[in-house]
Amino acid sequence: MVDLNIMVGGEAGQGVQSVGSVLAKTLLRGGYEIFADQDFESRIRGGHSFSRVRVSRRPVAAALAPIDILVALNEDTIKLHEKKVPNQGIIVSEISKTGVPENSAQPMLDIPFEKIAVSVSGNILMTNTVAAGGILGLLDYDFGLFETVLRGEYGRKGEKVVQANVDAGRAGYGFAQQHRPKGFKLRLKPSGPSGKMLISGHEALALGVLAAGCKFVAGYPMTPTTSILEFLADRGREFGLHVVQAEDEISAANMAVGAAYAGVRSMTATSGGGFCLMTETLSLAGMTETPLVVVLGQRSGPAIGLPTRTEQGDLLFALHAGHGEFPRAILAPGNAEEAFWAAVKAFNLAEAFQTPVIILTDHDLGNSYYTMKKPDLAKVVIDRGTVLSDAEAAEAVEYRRYAYTRTGISPRAFPGQGRALVVADSDEHNEEGHIIEDGKTRRKMMDKRMRKNGGLSRRIAGPAVIRRQNPVYNLICWGSTYGAVAEAARLLEQRGIKAQVTHLKELWPFPVRAFARTLAGGVKNIVVEANFTGQLENLIRAETGVSADGHVRKYDGRPFTANEIVAALEGGA
Amino acid sequence: MKTGPRVELDDYASASNSAWCPGCGNFGILRSLDKALVDLEMPPHQVLLVSGIGQAGKLPHYTRANVLNGLHGRPLPAATAAKLANRGLAVIAISGDGDGYGEGGNHFIHAMNRNSNLTYLVHNNQVYGLTKGQASPTTDLGFTTKLNPDGAWTALRPLALAVACDCSFVGRGFAGDIDHLAGLIAQAVKHEGFALIEILQPCISFNKKNTFQWYRERIYKVDQDGKYDPGNRAAAFEKASEWGDRIPIGVIYRHERPVFEDYVGISGHELLVKQPIDPSSVGQLFDDFT
Repeated sequence: MVDLNIMVGGEAGQGVQSVGSVLAKTLLRGGYEIFADQDFESRIRGGHSFSRVRVSRRPVAAALAPIDILVALNEDTIKLHEKKVPNQGIIVSEISKTGVPENSAQPMLDIPFEKIAVSVSGNILMTNTVAAGGILGLLDYDFGLFETVLRGEYGRKGEKVVQANVDAGRAGYGFAQQHRPKGFKLRLKPSGPSGKMLISGHEALALGVLAAGCKFVAGYPMTPTTSILEFLADRGREFGLHVVQAEDEISAANMAVGAAYAGVRSMTATSGGGFCLMTETLSLAGMTETPLVVVLGQRSGPAIGLPTRTEQGDLLFALHAGHGEFPRAILAPGNAEEAFWAAVKAFNLAEAFQTPVIILTDHDLGNSYYTMKKPDLAKVVIDRGTVLSDAEAAEAVEYRRYAYTRTGISPRAFPGQGRALVVADSDEHNEEGHIIEDGKTRRKMMDKRMRKNGGLSRRIAGPAVIRRQNPVYNLICWGSTYGAVAEAARLLEQRGIKAQVTHLKELWPFPVRAFARTLAGGVKNIVVEANFTGQLENLIRAETGVSADGHVRKYDGRPFTANEIVAALEGGA
Repeated sequence: MKTGPRVELDDYASASNSAWCPGCGNFGILRSLDKALVDLEMPPHQVLLVSGIGQAGKLPHYTRANVLNGLHGRPLPAATAAKLANRGLAVIAISGDGDGYGEGGNHFIHAMNRNSNLTYLVHNNQVYGLTKGQASPTTDLGFTTKLNPDGAWTALRPLALAVACDCSFVGRGFAGDIDHLAGLIAQAVKHEGFALIEILQPCISFNKKNTFQWYRERIYKVDQDGKYDPGNRAAAFEKASEWGDRIPIGVIYRHERPVFEDYVGISGHELLVKQPIDPSSVGQLFDDFT
């Protein structure tokens, strides 16, 4: 069974990401399942960054630590990663530039990337294409597929650029085939294309935003969710969606509220630092009962933390953000497919319950590339909640925006829709939306808003469970950690240890009963999460009274790998 | 925007009881706004009033229109987006000097820069009324309060800032001259672009200096001799900076420049609120990822 891990490392600006993405796409077109991620520093040039591509015949959703092919574009890459390459693996580099690894028994392939690039195309920028071609040649992969990817990638720049890349790629490919070390046995044979997509978590989320019919997005650029804003600014217009770059996150959130009040599906996307500034507005959305969708892409904190790295440190922040008490929902997709559907659901929940919905993602989920089946768009249901029809709004002279109802949900109307005047207020208010201070009305209105929690709870999905018969462990996780945990369960099974995986992809209102059903006697409940304090573990205890039997935590800014989780369990997590 | 029967002042008559002090300058502003909207024959359901917090922020509750009463200092972002979502609405943001120039200073600058087609009314009483009398960004130098025992160390000139930001309509009115203010508001609502009207509004409870009488002795209409050219930015900057013995009211600066909604390319299209939702159309993007 193929399970190949390729790492391309170099300094920022050397094109590490482009080598990775061209490789990943070429392998995807051969029907392989791909998981690809990147590790980069918060800088434009220099430093060390790498891109990893994992290739398999079965679905994969996390990186594995051992590297089968290490492509080093600079010396640091060899120094930093050579120990992760097992003896049947290989290091590919331009030795005149990078030197030879310490372990000289290690198979090596010396490809003069730059020399080939310059001699074939006269352009040193083709080095990346030579490198990608070299890896594919080493694997004896189909060059034709590589060519189609290059044509797609550079087609917009004209035939000359395309041809130069194809030539450079072919030269790298041919060189690797001729010089492949005898002991290197690994080959990849494409099958027919699977038709699946290779897509990052945030790109998938953005597609979900479009499918959901969002028409207005306001944001202030902040890693890691800038990619969502940029994608929607680029592609949204043809779907009637408009993106505004606001002066700050406070403005962005208030813009999202203003547009939602006016009647469109509306959203903002930010990271923890930006979300700090938005908390006041989150509370506003709660009080004015305005549907507000916020994507909170977590990165390491506190404060600026590690801007280009990952963490799951904002769960309890998202849960408690905002002053006062109001209903909210928190979704935490675990991969690209879940990110797509989380976006669709977020807008439905926000409008159905007229309250904020937070989608918790993180740098790892957002920037990792997953293989995903094309979503079945026929299954996208648009639920705009209770809204007056145009005919009703035309005549609703005595419209009450905050009418008391059994469900807590008052019918919405939009300004200008008809004669109905829509009065929304951040002060406590009466059914008409006007300011009040009397205790009785306050209590009734608070009761009305909080009644929504009942309906909201019923719409929150319980955890997804990968069951095993008589498991030793129940590995509980949330959000992006899912892929590595599922992989860890598989590795454990290979060693004869059974582990159930319980993945919470929707966290609030906490699915207490559904979660309780996943627990069984005699099983070690271990919570795996990427933060210091164990936020999910604490939340589970608070909501269910259940204390976990152990935990695996990580807070170095790097995503979990399955191997680390297994090692932690063996060490008695 | 005119549709249906004639608009009367009664259409804007609110049943809500005011929380303003008797004699407050805000009453004059409220009457001016209602009068302007009636003069423009604008029915209430086509008007959106967006406000922040403070006594000025309560104004939308005392008339009849669509209302989004949001957060302290934040009416402009919400108004900007509501206008983008539905350009068919006349959007009027209402603020006070603390709300608009203090808490919302950043939004104020960027809203002028953006030039959305909004009207922005700032009630300037040079004091924080609702929190009982602290200095605001426009409080005269040396004005002492409980929180500013050494005297206020602020004297922002918002209109000069507005001219510097190339705000496309900069006006000043006086709460004590309803007809003049109503005329100014009507011009601002008709103006294509961001229209700021600063309104001198005596706070009878906490500002014993800048009273109705104090203003009446100082204000003059900038175009009283028919010679003032509001299109001249240098002259406008001079007028906007004038404060003390003489205080100009009227249209200080006005010029045309591209409106945000046009610039961002939504003006020729169906309103965002009328854009259809069609999930199936998204499928056309899927092949980009295969």
